[in-house]
Amino acid sequence: MTFLTLTSLRKQYGSVAALDGIDLSVTAGSRTAIVGPSGCGKTTLLRLVAGFDAPDEGGIVFAGQQLADARSQVPAHKRGIGIVAQDGCLFPHLTIRQNIGFGLEAEASVKNARIAQLMDMVGLDPAMLARKPDQLSGGQQQRVALARALARKPRLMLLDEPFSALDTGLRAATRKAVTDVLTAAGITTLLVTHDQGEALAFADQVAVMRAGKFAQVGSPREVYSRPVDVATAAFLGEAIVLPAEVADGRAQSPLGVLPVDDIAYRGKAEIMLRPEQITVAQNGGDGVFATVAEINFCGPISDVRITLGDAFTFRLDIPSRETLSAGDRVTIGVAGAAHLFR
Amino acid sequence: MTSTTETRITIAPRPRLPAASSWTLTIAVVVALLALLPLGFVLWATVVTGWETALQLIFRSRVGDLLVNTVLLVVLTIPICAVLGVSLAWLTERSDLPGARFWSWLCVTPLAVPAFVHSYAWIGLWPGFNGLPAGVAISVVAYFPFLYLPLSAAFRLLDPALEDQAASLGLAPFAVFRRVVLPQLRLALCGGALLVGLHLLAEYGLFAMIRFDTFTTAIIDQFQSTYNGVAAYMLALVLVLCCFVLLGLEASLRGRSRYARLGPGVARRPKIARLGKWKYVALLLPAVTAAFALGVPVLTLSRWLIAGGAGVWRLDEVGLALWQTLAICLIGGLATTAAAVPIAWLSVRRPTRASRFLEGCYYLASSMPGVVVALALVTITVRAMLPLYQSVATIVLAYVVMFLPRALVSLRASIAQVPVEIEQAAASLGRSPGNALLATTIRLAAPGAAAGVALSSLGIMNELTASQMLAPNGTRTLAMAFWALTGEIDYAGAAPYAVLMVAFSLPLTFLLHHQSKKIAGR
Repeated sequence: MTFLTLTSLRKQYGSVAALDGIDLSVTAGSRTAIVGPSGCGKTTLLRLVAGFDAPDEGGIVFAGQQLADARSQVPAHKRGIGIVAQDGCLFPHLTIRQNIGFGLEAEASVKNARIAQLMDMVGLDPAMLARKPDQLSGGQQQRVALARALARKPRLMLLDEPFSALDTGLRAATRKAVTDVLTAAGITTLLVTHDQGEALAFADQVAVMRAGKFAQVGSPREVYSRPVDVATAAFLGEAIVLPAEVADGRAQSPLGVLPVDDIAYRGKAEIMLRPEQITVAQNGGDGVFATVAEINFCGPISDVRITLGDAFTFRLDIPSRETLSAGDRVTIGVAGAAHLFR
Repeated sequence: MTSTTETRITIAPRPRLPAASSWTLTIAVVVALLALLPLGFVLWATVVTGWETALQLIFRSRVGDLLVNTVLLVVLTIPICAVLGVSLAWLTERSDLPGARFWSWLCVTPLAVPAFVHSYAWIGLWPGFNGLPAGVAISVVAYFPFLYLPLSAAFRLLDPALEDQAASLGLAPFAVFRRVVLPQLRLALCGGALLVGLHLLAEYGLFAMIRFDTFTTAIIDQFQSTYNGVAAYMLALVLVLCCFVLLGLEASLRGRSRYARLGPGVARRPKIARLGKWKYVALLLPAVTAAFALGVPVLTLSRWLIAGGAGVWRLDEVGLALWQTLAICLIGGLATTAAAVPIAWLSVRRPTRASRFLEGCYYLASSMPGVVVALALVTITVRAMLPLYQSVATIVLAYVVMFLPRALVSLRASIAQVPVEIEQAAASLGRSPGNALLATTIRLAAPGAAAGVALSSLGIMNELTASQMLAPNGTRTLAMAFWALTGEIDYAGAAPYAVLMVAFSLPLTFLLHHQSKKIAGR
């Protein structure tokens, strides 16, 4: 069931098109991530859905109601859409209790019970309720912001890079906590992030955004393994792109003859492999011969540059091993099919 | 364990304050003691008077009447100023009001017109206008910029993301304003309201001209007519207590909360509200305000100037007053700024409990009305140091006491902008601490010092109460000459003096406006 539909949304800031025709469908209860480099327009998109800005063209339909079109729009406070901003955006003049209860309209006892329940939900100590936001750590502020947004039982939750201001360790933990809470509550979620790992880990549906447009929309596995173009492939992770001669589902490439995921195509093309498909063996085995041109030790992994026969080079992270050094001959093996860019 | 013994050995005795800061501290303490002289004097006078006489002089119907007048004045003027200030600041900062920049300048310009010139302008147009309604109306136009300035700066600093967030939590626009915007304006509202309140208590000329009695006018009447020392001292005591009530109210309302943005990064530009068809209705507010706050003075002054013709410009007298005013402004401004340097440096570079306490003393001393400062200095010099009575040194001291915080604010801001590392680099290159300070921080803070001189000079130029009581014989500043002439009902003759005061104050007022914008980062 489609819950949120965006149709050809456009938004112009001066001469810059922040959004240049965005279409998206989100099903109820799902998690969608919009991922793209900074400045690609993803925050603008979120602001349009939240109702903080109006689109120049296009429409937003949410739960069967037209929220915005080119002529009119429902104001933010009547949308029932929650948002958690990058820095939490807690009200500095209010205590944690007042922040969480900000959007609640109920008598004191009901309100307090609900606040206590929300604190428990996001895993915070009720002793913090009397504090001011500046007495909390970044991760705690983010949880309060989530509790505050959840208080009104929104049908859609918008997350605007809510984890990017946190330290690496805290980040994964907070993301896990937020995901669990939202899943348990069954709330449809739209996450905006520039971190592809976060997007892939979080979402059921990933939309890769570039210069105000969606380059690709699909499941995390689909966009990762079968990206539409080289730029999308490179944005979502390390990609080894090879020139190839393709026929009958097989590609003749510098890494030998590889199966490809397209049996109909015939002719010259570029194919892509993800680093986890590649094995580097020192003592023979199946595959093509290559030379380690350079090796940088980075702890558990090593960053190696590998040269194939006629000067085709690619780089790769492999688990570190003591015996491997620059100049060694190795055998490169490939598992699974290569992806073909058409 | 070895590590403990080692630690014990390496702990050196805490270094004492470097010579430079102990000297600075000594000077700062001396200045603070001088600044607190008037307050100390009032307390001493009360003790000397004795309880019985004091109570007799305080609990009489005259004091009751004055108190009622003062309370009504403050209670009516401050809320009107606050509503006007918030509305104008919102219109000029957060709406698409046509010509918002222009109106913003006009909202600050009334500060260039001394309060007693506002009063003179109003009774020039409406001679019968007096009493409480006149007092409130003229005070509002003369003092609302004290609220407008900090409020418009606060509007610029608000993080619009908080307003978006409140809307996403289901608040309609007006509720967002009440629950999110207004609480964040609290500091600006409290600070501005206090400033207006202290001016209401201290002002003499404005209220004397419209025959509205306040403690300040009563003290001066007492002083001029009978020189009834004790009665004047007791009125001064009640006035000082009123000031303390205002200071206490402000301190308790202000709270101690931090309102700064929590998150990293730069705030998004605030959203500009579209007034739509209300645009022209909204224009009425700044237009009517400007008409009363600027139009009335311009109208009256030009009327008197035209009526007086060339005859009122007696160049010898006007020229002499102008020269004397500029001289005393410059001496006073320089002295005030110089007196502020030690505490400004200490509070930025060596912020301790002592430096904060000293700073508090300066603010407290400057919140004493000019009439109390003058009364104290007159009495002290007459009784103990007659040669200093009506000397330049005494009047300059009065100005230092009254205007030191103006210089302090500018100096502090610019010293804080000079990285301490530059001072340390100079020290590492062999300069002594005092020398390093002079060669680096003081040099780089010069723009702030200049602004401090300018802002305290602005205060001195338009000061009437203390100048009248303390000025050396033969001195006649613009304000004093203006006042003397209006006292003789020579309104045309007074006009050139008012024009000169306004003309010299205008650039300084714009400096003030510019500075408040810079502090807000635009």
